[in-house]
Amino acid sequence: MKEILQKIEKEKKQMEFKKRMVLVICAVLLCVSFIISMNTGYSQLSPSDTLRTLFGGGTEKENLVLFKFRLPRIVISMLVGAGLAVAGCVIQSVSGNQLAEPGLLGINAGAGLAVILFVISSGGSVGTSVFSLPFLALLGAAGAAFVIYMLAYKRGQGIAPLRLILTGVAVQAGISALTTVLVIRLDEKQFDFVANWQAGSIWGSNWNFVLSLLPWMIILLPIVFYKGKVLDVLNLGEDVAKGLGVSVERERGILLMLSVALAASCVSVSGGIGFVGLIAPHLSKRLVGPRHSILLPASAMTGAVLVSAADTLGRIILQPAELPTGIMIAVIGAPYFLYLLAKSR
Amino acid sequence: MEEQGKGKLQKGRAWAAWCVIVGGLIALVLLMTFSVTKGSAPISLQTVWDALFNFDSGNTHHLIIKDVRMPRVIASAMVGSALAVAGAVMQGTTRNPMADSGLLGLNSGAGFALSICFAFFPGVGYHQVIVASFLGAALGTVLVNGISSFSAREAKPMKLVLAGAAVSALLTALSQGIALYFGVAQNIMFWTVGGVAGVDWQQVRIMIPWIVSALMGAIVLSRSISLMSLGEDVAKGLGLNTAIIQLLCSLVVLVLAGTAVSVVGAVGFVGLLIPHLTRFLVGVDYRLIIPCSAVLGALLLVLADLGTRMLNPPFETPLGALIALVGVPFFLILARRQRRAI
Repeated sequence: MKEILQKIEKEKKQMEFKKRMVLVICAVLLCVSFIISMNTGYSQLSPSDTLRTLFGGGTEKENLVLFKFRLPRIVISMLVGAGLAVAGCVIQSVSGNQLAEPGLLGINAGAGLAVILFVISSGGSVGTSVFSLPFLALLGAAGAAFVIYMLAYKRGQGIAPLRLILTGVAVQAGISALTTVLVIRLDEKQFDFVANWQAGSIWGSNWNFVLSLLPWMIILLPIVFYKGKVLDVLNLGEDVAKGLGVSVERERGILLMLSVALAASCVSVSGGIGFVGLIAPHLSKRLVGPRHSILLPASAMTGAVLVSAADTLGRIILQPAELPTGIMIAVIGAPYFLYLLAKSR
Repeated sequence: MEEQGKGKLQKGRAWAAWCVIVGGLIALVLLMTFSVTKGSAPISLQTVWDALFNFDSGNTHHLIIKDVRMPRVIASAMVGSALAVAGAVMQGTTRNPMADSGLLGLNSGAGFALSICFAFFPGVGYHQVIVASFLGAALGTVLVNGISSFSAREAKPMKLVLAGAAVSALLTALSQGIALYFGVAQNIMFWTVGGVAGVDWQQVRIMIPWIVSALMGAIVLSRSISLMSLGEDVAKGLGLNTAIIQLLCSLVVLVLAGTAVSVVGAVGFVGLLIPHLTRFLVGVDYRLIIPCSAVLGALLLVLADLGTRMLNPPFETPLGALIALVGVPFFLILARRQRRAI
């Protein structure tokens, strides 16, 4: 008897070790993708030049390229990946639906509509006023999420998951329809800009955007991590959660708002990257299991790795042209996920 | 006592279903006739009648009716019922209220084939593009089913849903990449929002046997789909071979939605809206849901097609956009009054 217990104890420890290893491996991958990303781009720098510049010995040009162009972009891609992945994880747990992702809350559709309206009203001179664009996108995303929230809210029941899903899908479809009607009137140049935005090109890459994104992440991510236990309980089903003393409606509302804030702030600088919010939580669930205390950090890490790796590859593959990051995320993430899915038991 | 009440409810729902089918078919015929008379050149009902029964090849109006409007209206009805039934089958078998035929990789596969056609073979003809789209849709479905059938231990519907989402994302990303790189994104968009505008008799003749036989197949499978919608374990416990049923259902969905998507492009939302609406009207029995969905789907698409021509003549509003704009408010009301999900 004692032996069996010891064996179980041992296996448990091994599992814990394995889960921690996943986080470590993610961290290593993140560093690797950081280094490679620093080295790739339009102007070639050798690894030793990059290192020298990082430690303060670079020429003026090297400093400019690394600190002004590449570093902010890398930081943004990592933040966006982590934010969207955590937002997706929360939405999947709250709605109890496998297919849920931040787009379900209207984030991408709303931001996309705002961007198109902006492109139409600015009449072709898209390049001149890039700075107001993230703000407008944020406004659009938050507006769409607010509409969905109000429509899905019912007094006395709060936000029921099924109603949230159906409402989300419907509003998303409605906004996309409006977008289609508007898009067919664009000229070729405007259309290209919008198509690139929708495919998720991380284009807002300078320190201002990093500074505008960072506070959200610093405040919201820890709160979500802190709520991990509540998410665990919500996963057990509404009745069990109520029985355990969780005020289900209130917690659902809070968690949804947290993920809206996370996802909207990310999408506003990154463009229409939705897939990472769907796939990163599923990937991490398969790697570390369903407990949120480890699932949430793991999602954040896999999300960050995915987006930064995708961004780097998108710049390497078709040099000097660039592929939008959103496309590369699906190209890397989907096959790996399908592989995990096929071999899983 | 309760048993009795249940029996009554069942009867009531079957009655509702017959109302939907008969009323819907009558409305469909009226609407189709009306739709033929409307368009950039208004034509009287009398002329329509003449065109049908005393066709005169010298009369322009007769030619318009026969060669432009009739195939278009028939195609809309076919496409509508095909997409609606495909959506109902998908929602029933996967038990996911967000599921529609796009989840089997159909739309993204067709889109992928389209982008390859436009980027690498810019000169190909209309009919070849349609064949290519269908092959692309089939590729998507084969991928999704193949990957989700690798190991049998995990619940199959859940795996199908996840594999479908991932494969769709991958194919969509690839086609977006190709489209942006080769600068054909806008052409592809014009093709996909075109709707039923360019449909001719040849396409209708190809579509009809496929869609009709697949609709029959869906009706034959409807009892098994009802069981699947109770959950895989229950269905297995009742002696259903869920793997085979899932495969047959995928085949039916491929033929229905694949044909529809390759002829008119990805018309979203029909496959999502109509099954939910039908479930609201006639209950959760797929033997009733599937025929009713077929009728209501046809009705919706004929109506929407009429709308695209009437809203802003002589221009046409995109079909998919119009359906979504009409359907969304409906769907929102349904979402608030929902009784049971699947």
